[in-house]
Amino acid sequence: MEHVLKQDTHVAHHFSDAEQQRDSAKLGMWIFLITEVLLFSGLFTAYAVYRAWHPETFINAHKFLNVGLGTLNTVVLITSSVTIALGIRSIQVNRRKQAIGLFIATLVLAAAFLVVKYFEYSHKTHLGQLPGKYYTFTGIEGTDPQVFFSVYFLLTGLHGLHIVFGMAAITWILIRTINNEFSPEYFTPAENVGLYWHLVDLIWIFLFPLLYLIG
Amino acid sequence: MTQAISDSVSYLDEPKGIKSWLFTLDHKRIGILYMWSIMVFFFIGGMMALIVRTELLAPEQILVSADAYNQLFTLHGAIMIFLFIIPGIPAILGNYVLPLMIGAKDVAFPRLNLASWYVYIIGSLFAIYSLFSGAVDTGWTFYTPYSTQTSTSVTAMTLGAFILGFSSIFTGINFIVTIHKLRAPGMTWFKMPLFVWASYATAVIQVLATPVLGITLLLLIFERVFGIGIFDPALGGDPVLYQHFFWFYSHPAVYIMILPGMGIISEVITVFSRKKIFGYTAIAYSSLGIALVSFLVWGHHMFTSGQSELAAMIFSFLTFLVGIPSGIKMFNWVATMYKGSISFESPMLYTLSFLFLFAIGGFTGIMLGALSLDVHLHDTYFVVAHFHYVMMGGTVMAFLAGVHYWWPKIWGRMYNEKLARISAALLFIGFNMTFFTQFILGTKGMPRRYYSYLDQYQPLHAFSSYGSFIIGIAFFIMGYYLIHAIFKGQRVGKNPWGALTLEWTTTSPPPPHNFEQTPVVTDGPYDYDRIMIVGDERVYKDGPEEGKEIAKEVDSESKK
Amino acid sequence: MDKHKNHITPVSTYLKVGGALLVLTGVTVAVSFVHLGPFNLVVALLIAGAKASLVGLFFMHLLYDNKLFATIFSISLLFVSVFIILILFDTLTRDAIYEQKAQPIKATQLIEKPN
Repeated sequence: MEHVLKQDTHVAHHFSDAEQQRDSAKLGMWIFLITEVLLFSGLFTAYAVYRAWHPETFINAHKFLNVGLGTLNTVVLITSSVTIALGIRSIQVNRRKQAIGLFIATLVLAAAFLVVKYFEYSHKTHLGQLPGKYYTFTGIEGTDPQVFFSVYFLLTGLHGLHIVFGMAAITWILIRTINNEFSPEYFTPAENVGLYWHLVDLIWIFLFPLLYLIG
Repeated sequence: MTQAISDSVSYLDEPKGIKSWLFTLDHKRIGILYMWSIMVFFFIGGMMALIVRTELLAPEQILVSADAYNQLFTLHGAIMIFLFIIPGIPAILGNYVLPLMIGAKDVAFPRLNLASWYVYIIGSLFAIYSLFSGAVDTGWTFYTPYSTQTSTSVTAMTLGAFILGFSSIFTGINFIVTIHKLRAPGMTWFKMPLFVWASYATAVIQVLATPVLGITLLLLIFERVFGIGIFDPALGGDPVLYQHFFWFYSHPAVYIMILPGMGIISEVITVFSRKKIFGYTAIAYSSLGIALVSFLVWGHHMFTSGQSELAAMIFSFLTFLVGIPSGIKMFNWVATMYKGSISFESPMLYTLSFLFLFAIGGFTGIMLGALSLDVHLHDTYFVVAHFHYVMMGGTVMAFLAGVHYWWPKIWGRMYNEKLARISAALLFIGFNMTFFTQFILGTKGMPRRYYSYLDQYQPLHAFSSYGSFIIGIAFFIMGYYLIHAIFKGQRVGKNPWGALTLEWTTTSPPPPHNFEQTPVVTDGPYDYDRIMIVGDERVYKDGPEEGKEIAKEVDSESKK
Repeated sequence: MDKHKNHITPVSTYLKVGGALLVLTGVTVAVSFVHLGPFNLVVALLIAGAKASLVGLFFMHLLYDNKLFATIFSISLLFVSVFIILILFDTLTRDAIYEQKAQPIKATQLIEKPN
């Protein structure tokens, strides 16, 4: 078995060439992404079940979410998806400095998302619109309003956790870009982090109308 | 094919030192790390089962208190399921032979593979911690609302199972990518050994189902720690929803357990029948069929839980579908043996045990899938017996068939065949004594998980317990001769069984990178109709003249 | 186009897709203030689906990449729908057995009190 690309230091011994390795890494990433989809599916199911059981409650309770802040966060996340996609493109066309700038922009946007989320959460904590047994708010008509907030905090909390993981991953590829480890020939880790970040965006695209925009 | 290389270094010898094992990226060594750790838990879980059975010899207390009994059967279940049978075949045998079978040097992501072992160890530490911090008495299913209320150490145990899920997902990702991307030249999808197909189907289930277990257990932990209320009726939650979530994973999970076992059976049965497998494509597709159907039937665990009538009927109907792909496999295996030259070495003995026991396990599964019957048999020993016929009679027998089949490849040494046959026979007898009795107990109305029982059940309970002691003896004999073989067994050549799959074309034990040169695949994995193995080398019956003559010679010799 | 070559998406495509996503966000917010009854949910999900497809096809390169990726991603969505639909078969029809409207069990009905 010949090692075709001896000069290419990124190819591990069990791959025959860089292309096979890159394809494998991307396939692995996609499979990981579907595990993420299935992870969230449990919470979406809980949402569907409880919304079907308490339609009035869900309509009444969602009015206490701030549509303005939700829309703002949607815009922030979509923009961050654009910046990371452009950042990876910059690596593809060998513009390292531009890539660094775009990755930093993505990080800033991600942090902005969390800040907005923090204000939303603290406002709800203040009012006692909390999940399960900590729910003390009294202004919502309908059966079991605490269930809406359980679902809300679980969905946005898990999503927020993924934002945090995503920020760590983006920081990692940012450092590797600064260290000049990527080139138009090899940038698989950046590509995979990009995929992950888009998935986080994709989940929010569904969370936003389901939680903030119930008719 | 490759020349015999007598002086090649084996993966067992090089590199040396404990560190080289703990940080190894070699799939074979990781398989062995998994083997030792999983065997420890198999031993612990087995001992717990023996204590439970001893306690059940009589209705009154013999060894342990009622509380300890509840914890013991829960831990027996949780340990056997999460720490032994789910990772068992994929992580030990799959890790070891899958890359060899497709002619790869390693799995696609060796670091992820090693990480999966460490994650397994971390998860198991949580399980052990829960053992010593109050244990768990919920049953391995952790049903709410009891699991959110009991003061036992449910949080640690479920956290352990949550972490173990990652280990399972890592293995699944690795296998799918390896099979897609790392097949040797010439190894087309339909030249892959059926064990690889089965592992592929298993990996698909691992990847699709395990995350749902993750979120379920996470919600359970949140329920206990933060009172989030999703499953708590007092807070507007629904405990039956927990069961839906749990079984959406755990029903496909029983196919994570059985599918790779079925793959092993497909391998062993054709090798020891010296006959091309019957219905290769049907078996390959039926693995994927089982994987698909496995996701549609979970509600049959919940017929008496309070789910709606409509849902129960739908799930009952869908459950019957499982019989189709499983039946396809059974018929094809039997047809493979038909007119083959069958030899009864120990791997084949386990395979035959499997066919017999799995048929019973499968049929009783269909019975339990029938809504009207299940309402009566639910939570009786009938279910316990069915489950053990499928999981122990099915998966464990297949696992043992695989262990005996690949043991000489793994260590380069052969075990004592005579002892192996004795323990296979003892296991078969002991197993049927233990669990067939439980079918009867179940139909007579003995509920599962009870510490004590009416006197009328005593003879059957005692008989079942005696059977379990025979099982225990069989496993001790097996442990002895298998470990003895590692150090003192007779050395074997490349291909002691005369099999045609790729792992038998390299040395036993294989060199660190599996093959001296990347194999190029031209033959099918089971072409026994035109190839035979003579002294480790392939002889083509339809090849040049010499081949035909050698074939005739060997044939006539074997007839003597 | 050789799928194995690195595909470089033009900057303008990324910006156009980003713009489209922002516009759709505006639309979905606007529609939510129009009262359509159950169709609010349908419209919201359709728009979210369109946005998700844009992200998947362009940002995640499903349009240009190996079709295997798109396949496995669709399979995951298929299983998610199986999960949700089969559970709804239960939770939406529970009142067929029980006389009362499907409602979670009340705290007072608990057989065993928490310790």
